Amino acid sequence: MILIHCPYCDEKRPEIEFANAGQAHIARPLDPSGQTDAEWEAYLFIRANPRGRHHERWRHVHGCGRFFNAVRDTVTDKFEATYKAGEPRR
Amino acid sequence: MTGFRLETGGRVDRSQPVRFHFDGKTFQGFAGDSLASALLANGVMLFGRSFKYHRPRGLVAAGSEEPNALISVNRGLGRFTPNLRATGVEIHNGLKAFSQNRWPSLEMDFGAINDRLGMFLPAGFYNKTFMWPRSFWDKVYEPAIRKMAGLGDAPTAEDPDVYASTYAHCDLLIIGAGPAGIDAALGSMDSNKRIILMDEQDELGGGALADPSLWPWLERSVKALSDAPNVTILTRTTAFGYYHDNFIGAVQRLIDHLPEIEDMPREKLWRIRADEVVLAQGAIERPIVFGGNDTPGVMLSSAAKVYANRFGVAVGKALALMASHDSGWHDMFALAKAGVGISAIIDVRESVDSALMHEADRLGITVYLNHGVVGVNGRHGVRSVDICDYGNQQVRRIDTDALLMAGGWTPSVHLWSHSKGSLKWRDDLGAYVPDQPNENVVCVGGCSGDWDFGKGAIIDMLPTPKDQSRIKAFVDFQNDVTAKDIKLAVREGFRSIEHIKRYTTNGMATDQGKTSNLNGLQIASSALNQPVPDIGLTSFRPPYTPQTFGALAGHAKGALFQPTRTTNIDSWAQAHGAVFELVAQWRRARYFPKPNENMHAAVNRECIAVRSSLGIFDASTLGKIEVVGPDAAEFLNRMYTNPWKALEPGRCRYGLLLKEDGFITDDGVSARLAHDRFHLTTTTGGAARVLNMMEDYLQTEWPDLDVWLTSTTEQYAVIALQGPNARKVLEPLVEGIDLSAEAFPHMAIREGRICGIETRLFRVSFTGELGFEINVPTAYGRAVWEQLMAQGAQYDITPYGTEAMHVLRAEKGFIIVGQDTDGTITPFDAGLDWAVGKKKPDFVGKRSMARPDIVAPGRKQLVGLLTDDPHIVLQEGAQIVADPNQPIPMTMIGHVTSSYWSETLGRSIAMALVAGGHDMTGDTLHIPMPGKTHTAKVSGVVFYDPKGARLNV
Ligand SMILES: [Zn+2]
Repeated sequence: MILIHCPYCDEKRPEIEFANAGQAHIARPLDPSGQTDAEWEAYLFIRANPRGRHHERWRHVHGCGRFFNAVRDTVTDKFEATYKAGEPRR
Repeated sequence: MTGFRLETGGRVDRSQPVRFHFDGKTFQGFAGDSLASALLANGVMLFGRSFKYHRPRGLVAAGSEEPNALISVNRGLGRFTPNLRATGVEIHNGLKAFSQNRWPSLEMDFGAINDRLGMFLPAGFYNKTFMWPRSFWDKVYEPAIRKMAGLGDAPTAEDPDVYASTYAHCDLLIIGAGPAGIDAALGSMDSNKRIILMDEQDELGGGALADPSLWPWLERSVKALSDAPNVTILTRTTAFGYYHDNFIGAVQRLIDHLPEIEDMPREKLWRIRADEVVLAQGAIERPIVFGGNDTPGVMLSSAAKVYANRFGVAVGKALALMASHDSGWHDMFALAKAGVGISAIIDVRESVDSALMHEADRLGITVYLNHGVVGVNGRHGVRSVDICDYGNQQVRRIDTDALLMAGGWTPSVHLWSHSKGSLKWRDDLGAYVPDQPNENVVCVGGCSGDWDFGKGAIIDMLPTPKDQSRIKAFVDFQNDVTAKDIKLAVREGFRSIEHIKRYTTNGMATDQGKTSNLNGLQIASSALNQPVPDIGLTSFRPPYTPQTFGALAGHAKGALFQPTRTTNIDSWAQAHGAVFELVAQWRRARYFPKPNENMHAAVNRECIAVRSSLGIFDASTLGKIEVVGPDAAEFLNRMYTNPWKALEPGRCRYGLLLKEDGFITDDGVSARLAHDRFHLTTTTGGAARVLNMMEDYLQTEWPDLDVWLTSTTEQYAVIALQGPNARKVLEPLVEGIDLSAEAFPHMAIREGRICGIETRLFRVSFTGELGFEINVPTAYGRAVWEQLMAQGAQYDITPYGTEAMHVLRAEKGFIIVGQDTDGTITPFDAGLDWAVGKKKPDFVGKRSMARPDIVAPGRKQLVGLLTDDPHIVLQEGAQIVADPNQPIPMTMIGHVTSSYWSETLGRSIAMALVAGGHDMTGDTLHIPMPGKTHTAKVSGVVFYDPKGARLNV
């Protein structure tokens, strides 16, 4: 069971306290109505599936409840970094 | 040949005899014996029949790597455990053990015919033979194969035992308490570290238990560790899996070795998080591959030493050794010193260290160098072996009753590999050893390849002058895989060791190839003419040895498998004979039958009561979220399809929630309590999901909004009071709220008191009747319910359950999200476009409602269905077709989502999702059901009081 560092609690906690919330750094367009079908499709459906470094969101759902971002290696399952929502991409 | 108890020696307690049973016969051993050593001491060599060929099999090993001697233990009803290794079962008085995979008896086995048919059962035989036809596989082949080729019987009765589990944290976890593990513990004992030292055996020592010269050291060391307050010692504890971040799963066996099952857990699951792990799992001796190497009486040389020195048991009267490694020689010297008779040492090598030759000479042991065993005589036991002089190809016969194999050593890298540590090949050992760690872990002792057993030659199998295609030289004893099978797989084109493994099943038995993987690799390497490191190694996966489901499940079974959520009113429903159903984790009253009333009659009565007078319903499971803050209305405006900003405090609104893809995900009636405060309701099953979704948008998309979300589902009991007499019952109980139609219209909320308790009183209706939903603090739910029951008695107040609730809402065409929608339904599909704020520039899901697929014609749309025969109630989930005479397979254009008998209307009603359904009103559709295809006309979804007149009172 992986240990995950919550950047809000500033503690490493077991993964069962967390829930994965999909790929990170996909901002909702500010004006969805102005999006073309292709742009909206890309926002809605197109996701990365990298072998290696992956930016993803997690929620400390059974802890502080906050969403945060993480860089995880999909091969080793090791977390390279976790950081607060809104902070720049690592 | 037969084994026997030596006059002296061993760690067994000869003053404590133990009587036990094997296949119904009674035997005697001593305290400290394993089932294997005790049976050996009684001359038993035959322990089971092999998996595929039903060949007679005896012990190969003395430890948990034992592939052959799988037995069952029966401790009474529900306490039958199959597939235990006899080497790991401690005997106790009254133990009842049984051999497996034989019929009618171990000595006379019908399935042994498979052995004679062996030439017809090559690698991949099942795959090749039983491919076709498919139905034969399920009905004929598989049951027959399962009957013939098998392990022990699965227990059928429920397990009455209790299994404990615990979490532990430590600075240093040492797995394996042989000399290396004990040294590691001693070395860290004086630090402040919290240390856990565990071993799968019943006492610490590992290999030292078979070396009497180490016993004084062992005793001192165990005492020192036992006395150290920072060291926790766990025996009979198997670390079965090594997971991320130094998380180790281990099972401790607590009572299986005890003669009486005491009132304590059978096993305990340890979940250990360690800062540092030391793996000291040792190494496993490798068998040698030659024809007849599975004959009972052919076993590992190190095992013979364990039986002699630890248990005081000789495995035979005249032992011969077949070696390719020095360690076997040392074992023979130790056995000779322990008083066991020696026949000869045979070594495949042309020369060995002169020290070995001198010692053999001194002990009077005959040595055959550059020789190999080419035949084992005897079926149920070794009578003699034929050995070949590789120099002149002469074969001679040697009398022996036990043939030992010393093929070198395989480091136990199982847990290291679980942890994703890398391995490197060492030519000198002919084995993979740990290389780079992936966790904070080190390997010490035998499992690191660090041992003082001497050296050996690396061979794939013994050369033989015989026809290779006619001999069965076993590689994997448990799965009956021979060298021939592996060579055949290579000839048939398999190259990857992962494919060869799966095709031949080498290493895929319950022992995961502990004794077979490396020999299999060597043989594949020779056949492929590639060095072993180029072929790779198959993966090791947990568990290291098989573990019980009971230990893994722990207390999480039966009623404790998951929590059952109950409302404050649940106890009243129970006391009044409610029939319950589970909705998500909630237990809800489904209906309240009167004596001799079936569900149909009860639901009809409950529905009529609501429509004609008064019903009462426990709606406490509704999800509730308190939304507070200056931007609360703006937030809801962005989340829901409906407009919220203009909603007056004191008023309610039906809210429809989409996901960003435009599909309905939840709904519920919500109330504005104040400018900055809303009381949201969600579906019973959707509460957690909706709160998570709202938090997601609030935290990550719109962190500028000043809004707070709090789950209040469990803070309020909710009582729905529905029916024409609802207001009359409330009036005398409510303070501070004007209940008149003018002052308190439909879709409004008022705060006041009921029965003296603070309440949020909603005037809402999920039935189409005059209705109120009374929210009171949870603890007061049942008390208020009982007051309402008393006050409502004059109107024959009728408690109703979820079944009547479903009928009543369906009569009004109200949807249930998740029943009438399925995650692909838009508001327009569901006929809820009135709930979409057309003027709003944005809300979650709005842009998707213009996606090409969503505006395309032919989408499934929600419609009503009225069967031509009003007494036919369609099956929910039934498929719908336009033309019943079309050829099969028919084109299905939709399905029934809700269907009930409506006692109020005196006929059946149904809702359905039908492609293009909104344009089909009045059309006849066909619904094939078992026995008959029914016809129905498409209608609107509101079957009762379409103008809503009953709400305007
Ligand atoms: Zn946190």
